[in-house]
Amino acid sequence: MQDIRRVYRMGDTELHALAGVTLTIEHGEFVAIMGTSGSGKSTLMNIIGCLDRPTSGTYFLDGEEVSRLDVDRLAEIRNRVLGFVFQSFNLLPRTSAAENVELPMVYAGVPAKERRARAIEALTKVGLGKRLDHTPAELSGGQQQRVAIARAIVGRPRVILADEPTGALDSRTSVEVMAMLQAESDLGITVVLVTHEPDVAAYAARVISLRDGKIVSDQRQTPLRAAPPEASA
Amino acid sequence: MTSLQTLRIALRALLRNKMRSFLTMLGIIIGVGAVIAMVAIGEGAKARVEASFAAMGTNLLIVLPGATTSSGASGGFGSGPTLTWDDVKALQTELSSVKHAAPSLRKNSQIVSEEQNWSTGITGTTPEYFSVRSWPTSSGASISQSDVDGGTKVVVLGQTVVAKLFGASSDPVGQTVRIANIPFQVIGVAGKKGQSPTGQDYDDVAFVPVTTFQSKIQGGLQKYMTGVIYVAAAGDVARAEKDVTALLRERHRLGDGQPDDFSVRNLAEVAGAQAEGTKTLTMLLASVAAVSLLVGGIGIMNIMLVSVTERTREIGVRMALGAKPRHILSQFLVEALALSVLGGLIGVALGAGSAGVLASEFGWPMLVRTDVAVIAMLFSGAVGVVFGLYPARKASRLDPIQALRFE
Repeated sequence: MQDIRRVYRMGDTELHALAGVTLTIEHGEFVAIMGTSGSGKSTLMNIIGCLDRPTSGTYFLDGEEVSRLDVDRLAEIRNRVLGFVFQSFNLLPRTSAAENVELPMVYAGVPAKERRARAIEALTKVGLGKRLDHTPAELSGGQQQRVAIARAIVGRPRVILADEPTGALDSRTSVEVMAMLQAESDLGITVVLVTHEPDVAAYAARVISLRDGKIVSDQRQTPLRAAPPEASA
Repeated sequence: MTSLQTLRIALRALLRNKMRSFLTMLGIIIGVGAVIAMVAIGEGAKARVEASFAAMGTNLLIVLPGATTSSGASGGFGSGPTLTWDDVKALQTELSSVKHAAPSLRKNSQIVSEEQNWSTGITGTTPEYFSVRSWPTSSGASISQSDVDGGTKVVVLGQTVVAKLFGASSDPVGQTVRIANIPFQVIGVAGKKGQSPTGQDYDDVAFVPVTTFQSKIQGGLQKYMTGVIYVAAAGDVARAEKDVTALLRERHRLGDGQPDDFSVRNLAEVAGAQAEGTKTLTMLLASVAAVSLLVGGIGIMNIMLVSVTERTREIGVRMALGAKPRHILSQFLVEALALSVLGGLIGVALGAGSAGVLASEFGWPMLVRTDVAVIAMLFSGAVGVVFGLYPARKASRLDPIQALRFE
């Protein structure tokens, strides 16, 4: 990622959300991006997640320059290469856990039978194999976030992007969620985590701090290991 | 992503909000139902008018004796006798465009059987009359030429008269009835004819030979005939009308400037005007119904816009997970289409049902036209696409980041 800048125009004033960020994330890394609100970490996350395009600069994802691709191609990349975990879970309401997990595969054109099988597999992996037909309203926050993680990993992405994944959870379920992300990282999947909590960032192997749209520090550390998740909940 | 999946996603979204989906469909249901019912009613009314004109005779001309002028005041048509028996004969024999011509003289009189009596229109006529009116007898014989030549006292009764004098399902052939105190033998019963376009009962009638009518009922032979002449055209009714007019003007020695002293009525024209009237009515009803279909479409657009706003987050999630704008577009478009087509289907069923109820209520033939049903369905589908397109486009153009942050 080379000299990424993102400028928002609000009336006459220009808001430099990212003022030149250069960053390389290797395959399989577990990176936490830290910063206070307004530091530009969410904007950076959106650009990494191909939801937004930089005003200037270049972004190579897996060797492909993605910053100038059209919306359809970006949608394909989000679908095939990336997996998202959000702070507010963002599961479809009144839709069963299994169907929520199937969703990215629907857009990837995976046949129905295979979709179902993979959804069950992913949900079993996050310990919700017995809650396939529960709707989000019938699940606790921690369970919902696990459904969201299942949805993020079911498409076999190379990168998981987690935006404040523990922000809406208590500390015990937060640990569970972090353990799952570490497990994915151990399988060689790149995990990019955005958080403002140092406790959460402690689970990452590399911490990048942003302030005012610029990187102020980039440190490698020995990650804190989260306890493995309980078998089922 | 296949279209079947898109349909499933759309149907699931609609099922999540059953009540709202139904209310949205209601506009289309009422619109399509109204179109189907209105057209069916219009067609039924038209068929009834056509049937009553067919009962009267479709190739029929009626010649009425003309206006006389006495002391400068014009009498109406039929006010004075201007048609002669020779005119009837000439119409029958001289014109190739005329198949039959028959006189019809009418007088109301009491007709008495052994037990009952009834007042009806006694019609004096010739055998041709039954051909002109295409009116066969249902039992017994019709009036023959020898009856006319001999002035025999025979009568052919209409169905209503039979019912009044002898009871509904009796066969009075061979019985004797008295008309103006003169005994007549019943030789036949005319077939059921029904009602005239104005609701007059054709079957309330008794036919006697025209000669007998003149001598016994009217009271004496006259040079002028006092009734009307029914003329059946051989082919083109308009040509027959022209020929009849020309012949009668010539026979009456009318100069170029003089007005006709008779009048020729073309029933096909009257029937055509009636049919035109019902057609206009049908068009009017159908267009009112079409407007309600349009209103239904606006209802769909309204709800789809609400739905897009309400599901902004869902749209954002779908986009983040790899939905392309066209996936979102087709999802919402298919939802609108499913609403309108389903509404259309229910509307067709409802419209056909209510048309059936109305038809049996008014005794009309039930005419639900399949072409109208198909057009109404296609139209409601088109309404769905047209009014669903704007909300669907709006949904597909959302920015995923904004959509995900939407509360």
